[in-house]
Amino acid sequence: MLRATLKSLLARKLRLILSTLAVVLSVMFVSGSLVLTDTLGRTFDNVFSNIYSYTDVQVSAKSETADAASGNSSAILPVPASDVARIEKIDGVRKATGSVFVSGARVIGKNGKVVISQSGQFGGSWTGEDELTKLISGRAPSAPDEIVINNGLAKQAKFAVGDPVDIIARAEARKTYKVVGIMQYAGNRDSMAGETTVLFTEATAQQVMLGETDVFNVIDVKGKDGVTDNQLRDNIKAALGPKYTVQTGDELSKASSEAIRGLLKYFNYFFLGFGTIALLVGVFLILNTFSIIVSQRTQELALLRAMGASRWQIIRSVLIEALLIGTVGSLFGFLVGMGLGAAGASAFTSLAKMDSAGLGLPVAAIVTSFTIGILVTMISAVLPAIKAARVAPIAAMRDAATTDKPLTGITIGGGVVTAVGVGSLSWGLAGAGDATLLLVFGGVLLTLIGVALLAPLISRPLVAGLGSVFSWSVPGKLGRRNSSRNPRRTAITAGAVMVGIAIITMISTIFSSLSTAIGESVEKDLQADLIVYGQQTSDVPPIIQPDELKQIKALPQLQTVASVTYDVVSLNGKQDFVLAYDDVPAVITVLKLHPVAGRIDHIDSGEFTVDEKTAKERKYTVGSTIQVTFAKGQTKTLTLVGITNSTSNGNGVVVSNTDAQAGFTFPQPIQALVKAKDGVAVDDAKAAVEGVLKNNPEVSVQTKKELVGSSQQQFDVALVIVQVLLFIALGISVLGVINTLLLSVIERTRELGMLRAIGLRRRQTWSMVTIESVVITLFGTVLGLVVGAGLGAATVTALKSVIGFGAVTLPWGYMIAYIIGAVIVGAVAGLIPAIRAVRLNVLNAIAYE
Amino acid sequence: MTTTVTTGQAVAARAVDVWKVYGSGEAQVIALHGVSVELERGQFTAIMGPSGSGKSTLMHTLAGLDSVTRGEIFIGDTRLTGMSDGDLTNLRRTKVGFIFQQFNLLPTLTAEENILLPLSIAGRKADPKWYETVIDTVGLRDRLKHRPSQLSGGQQQRVACARALVSRPEVIFADEPTGNLDSRSGAEVLSFLRNSVREYGQTIVMVTHDPNAASYADRVIFLADGQVVDELLAPSADAVLDKLKGLDAKVESAADASQAG
Ligand SMILES: Nc1ncnc2c1ncn2[C@@H]1O[C@H](COP(=O)(O)OP(=O)(O)OP(=O)(O)O)[C@@H](O)[C@H]1O
Ligand SMILES: [Mg+2]
Repeated sequence: MLRATLKSLLARKLRLILSTLAVVLSVMFVSGSLVLTDTLGRTFDNVFSNIYSYTDVQVSAKSETADAASGNSSAILPVPASDVARIEKIDGVRKATGSVFVSGARVIGKNGKVVISQSGQFGGSWTGEDELTKLISGRAPSAPDEIVINNGLAKQAKFAVGDPVDIIARAEARKTYKVVGIMQYAGNRDSMAGETTVLFTEATAQQVMLGETDVFNVIDVKGKDGVTDNQLRDNIKAALGPKYTVQTGDELSKASSEAIRGLLKYFNYFFLGFGTIALLVGVFLILNTFSIIVSQRTQELALLRAMGASRWQIIRSVLIEALLIGTVGSLFGFLVGMGLGAAGASAFTSLAKMDSAGLGLPVAAIVTSFTIGILVTMISAVLPAIKAARVAPIAAMRDAATTDKPLTGITIGGGVVTAVGVGSLSWGLAGAGDATLLLVFGGVLLTLIGVALLAPLISRPLVAGLGSVFSWSVPGKLGRRNSSRNPRRTAITAGAVMVGIAIITMISTIFSSLSTAIGESVEKDLQADLIVYGQQTSDVPPIIQPDELKQIKALPQLQTVASVTYDVVSLNGKQDFVLAYDDVPAVITVLKLHPVAGRIDHIDSGEFTVDEKTAKERKYTVGSTIQVTFAKGQTKTLTLVGITNSTSNGNGVVVSNTDAQAGFTFPQPIQALVKAKDGVAVDDAKAAVEGVLKNNPEVSVQTKKELVGSSQQQFDVALVIVQVLLFIALGISVLGVINTLLLSVIERTRELGMLRAIGLRRRQTWSMVTIESVVITLFGTVLGLVVGAGLGAATVTALKSVIGFGAVTLPWGYMIAYIIGAVIVGAVAGLIPAIRAVRLNVLNAIAYE
Repeated sequence: MTTTVTTGQAVAARAVDVWKVYGSGEAQVIALHGVSVELERGQFTAIMGPSGSGKSTLMHTLAGLDSVTRGEIFIGDTRLTGMSDGDLTNLRRTKVGFIFQQFNLLPTLTAEENILLPLSIAGRKADPKWYETVIDTVGLRDRLKHRPSQLSGGQQQRVACARALVSRPEVIFADEPTGNLDSRSGAEVLSFLRNSVREYGQTIVMVTHDPNAASYADRVIFLADGQVVDELLAPSADAVLDKLKGLDAKVESAADASQAG
């Protein structure tokens, strides 16, 4: 029995390759993303263990607003310099060194632009050479304008000792410094993870990075010999009290890499999402292939049955075939995925200028790849296997004419599954708390499967309709008839295409609705002609320097200039985002705000305003109070004085400028909304503002139209990325089309021979097969477009209450492109089968076996 | 509609010293050993012979479905040898009709569409009068809208016959057209073929194993080991059977001789 299985497997090489390829492509995504995240994870682990390898214990101030998940906070809480002496007196401490080391030192390169680094732009105090850092040229900084930079920065921006360098520091406007030294880390590293680092003298660092004198942000503590890090930590903790964070080097390195791993997890989810889609499409393909295999082998199977093989043996033989295909497919899928993951990781590390930890063989990736690959293949083969077992021995004596089975069962099943799917989706979208994501995901999945089950029924009229386009020629007519010959097979092949297209269309629908909504709401709600802001590239937002703002306000071309700043605070114990305006009346004009309750025209210290929707959600009324702990540590009780209408731009809690200046990490304006005077051309106003900002490479001016364009562009870019990834899933479904057609061509060998014998030309044969392919692909695409647009529209409508947009914009451009693409892809998919059909030897075709 | 039958005057298809060799070396099979035959217009010719004697091969080469190793094939005045696939396809469209043992109808098309298929492939219209005649002769008028799966084997083969006839080809080639039919349906198909020869001057070449079927023909050609070994005009079933027995004996003794050597 096993031998028979193996033989029949090898006898159908092409089929073997195609179905294996489906498994390979599906598994590839999964293993690729696991390998990628594993490699990156270990790379980051290495980085952090390097950074903290010489740290015994580190002391810093505890932040109230710190993000518990990431352990990061943009707020830097200083510790007074006097703490250093205090710590040195603690039992077990050999030495305590206070230092400044925070992000937000933006170096301006020789091209006038900020030197970009994804890993951070750090500024700190020079604490002398030690185990970790050493100067490779120049000397230590001694004057206020002298700096040491890391060799990575020196290489990246081509700075040498003696060069003047402009820096926008965290707490200081752009200023020119002089490079006096270049340093490296232990192990000849130019940087730890591709970051840029500028080290000032201690006093300058305190001034420009922390904005205060006689403070540090971390104190490094070295223990006496014989004192363990943990002991040391406990001693210091006990001595300093709860206002300090005291961590050992190990703890720090672990916390940092866990934070990164937390982020990588989302990265992983993203790719695994595509892997799931690919798998889903793969299931269709594998199921289809096995169904065809079984129906092709009907006589062979019947013969086996007639010779005494039991049903279970038949099932087993199909499942063994699936097991083999699954194993081989998983193996190759895993290998290809590993290659892709490694390529991705090396692209990432070289972009980020990090030392890659090298390719590992994560056990999780191996186990997951093989489990998923084999399981999915076997599960997909179960139905065909059962079908195979149902073959009656008598079928061996009959011509294996497959009679059209009624579609009632499958249609009812499809209807039920679709209904459950849509139900779950609408339940999820209506908001079901923690279960939302699961319900939405499950709903989309079930809907797709349900529609796929309904597809055989739909295929009859739809395929006839689509096909009639081609009916003007005889091959066209024949091709169309062929495609509706076996509704189940056509439907399942098209079903795979449908899943891919549906998901792409759904996402494009959501994106284009979002994009339009943003465009419209900016258009509607924003009275400003110009918006001044910068793209945030690190945890430090680009800042409009106060004197720049002053100069802008003084420009004669402008009527109103309102600046906005925001920060993360702890609001009633929860992290939240609050806004502050320097000029409330100006903002009210520009954002078209009006009072809904109370007064909104000014906000004093200890007061706040909020928009209507937020107020409703949180049940605030005028007079409500909230507890806000600002980034810099102080806690205040604020009273609600007024409620505004909700707009698309500035919703949420707005605190007074006074409180913001005292408590925000960056109280400087982050955004400015500008209205030109009547009669002043927008471009002239823009040029004037640009003149003021010419020394600030981070911040730029955009007109309202440009703002809409650039925010929509971001969606377009994201959409393109998503589409590219989904095209791989679509590729799998194209394999399905090729597979189905190839098998059809083989099945209809005799028919093709007869047609050629009675005068069908090669070219006509070609178009017949191609049209069948195009019709099947188009059917799947049209189905996918309808389902996808429906799912997308449902999502958009459901999100109306959450995000505040509800108008569905169908991505017509994309949808038409998908249809054109389907025709092309269909023709290409038909290529191999068509070649095969054309090459068919007429004689072999009509000779019967 | 009748045409004057000019028996022995014009040749519908002709093979001149045709050799057909399959494979090479050890596996070489010589299917045709210098066969020369002339198939006269308006005649019903049967080709008979033991299994493997080269009947199908001869017919395929005559129909332009297969190339010859040596020799020449003509259909009417057209020389087939060396023609391109496109030209051969054209020739098959206009001058050749086929009837297969397996019927070979397209399951997606109705009987009527199947009948008209060769014409629609060639982009031609049927001559309505001729079409009506064909339909009536095969007796399928009430079955035209049916699919092959709704027809019996005999009816399917009659559809196949009508399909071959409707384009009025120079020659119709039929490889064991009654091989899959019971004797009654077989007789129907055969008398229908004979009628189309007698009444409409159609040329038909038929390969068969059945002496009874051969007795419908005007002439029987006997093949053995890839050579024409005998011929019979206006055959009766008994006469054919006798010849065949003689042939079998010859083949057996030849086989014995080759085994002994
Ligand atoms: N494609 C081929 N390759 C190799 N040998 C072939 C091929 N086709 C036919 N033959 C050989 O050529 C010889 C003649 O075959 P052919 O099919 O013409 O016989 P036939 O008289 O039609 O037999 P039957 O009555 O069984 O149909 C046989 O020996 C056969 O094995
Ligand atoms: Mg034969």
